[in-house]
Amino acid sequence: MRWFWVDRFTEFVSGSHAKAIKTVAMDEECVDEYLPTYPVLPPTLIIEGMAQLGGILLAEHFEFRKRLVLAKVGKATFHAPARVGDQLFYEAKLDGIQDNGGTIEGVSTCDGEVQAEISLMFACLEGSDIVDGPLYAAEDLHAWLLSLDFYSVAVGANGQRFPRYAAFQTADSVPAPT
Amino acid sequence: MALSEDEIFGKVNEALQDALGVDEDEVTPEATLVGDLGAESIDFLDIVFKLEKSFDIEIPREELSPEDILTNSDYVQDGVVTAAGLEELKKRMPWANLSGFESDPKVQNFGNLLTVSDLCSYVGSKVKG
Repeated sequence: MRWFWVDRFTEFVSGSHAKAIKTVAMDEECVDEYLPTYPVLPPTLIIEGMAQLGGILLAEHFEFRKRLVLAKVGKATFHAPARVGDQLFYEAKLDGIQDNGGTIEGVSTCDGEVQAEISLMFACLEGSDIVDGPLYAAEDLHAWLLSLDFYSVAVGANGQRFPRYAAFQTADSVPAPT
Repeated sequence: MALSEDEIFGKVNEALQDALGVDEDEVTPEATLVGDLGAESIDFLDIVFKLEKSFDIEIPREELSPEDILTNSDYVQDGVVTAAGLEELKKRMPWANLSGFESDPKVQNFGNLLTVSDLCSYVGSKVKG
């Protein structure tokens, strides 16, 4: 099952914020059943998309070394439906950081109007919490980030493009940014 | 900026309402975070974030969750915190009322120790520096 709820990163500043696009398309099965004959992206999947964007933002802060999970949806307010054909612009800002988790404030915008406001909290799993070992293969995350244009837009706090992460040492080389 | 006890209680109350979904009148000074307000372990992280933001303070993890003491065999024997362990807890958490815990210092009782009043005292100690 595909579980990618953002299409492309458009901006990423380490330790600060990230932006991404999500286009709602009629060929996505999830739009069929939520409101029959009125195809929309279910709000829960907008939360999921924001969690993927914000989760990457926070995980990158930890250099992808921690096992991060979405722990709490603090707030999710939807002002408008996300209809098929809409393009949503997600922005996640890092809000709070502890060594065992963090929070982000997310806003989804469509046609210049705020479509949703979402606050999320993430926690780091420790020891054998829930499962032993990594939650995903490093090469899968690496491939996903490549697909999302992450490496093309991501910069550190000093504006420099990212080097490779130690956590991805087993993955293929990251193409040099142009 | 010095905050009065009422101001601290008000902001702590707000943070707990947000984090735990409880009503304002449920948040009394005597209420325990776990037993009375239903806080689970993940909520403590949320409470920490909300207090840090609300009071513009930093809360090191070990100050509110002295797990290192409660899992240290120097301080715990057969699931009970030793006298040395109690001393260590008092040093770490001078703002907490540990008198009830001292009478039955089983590690399992520690989880339901903290009250809203303790949390306000803790924040007060941070705000005053």
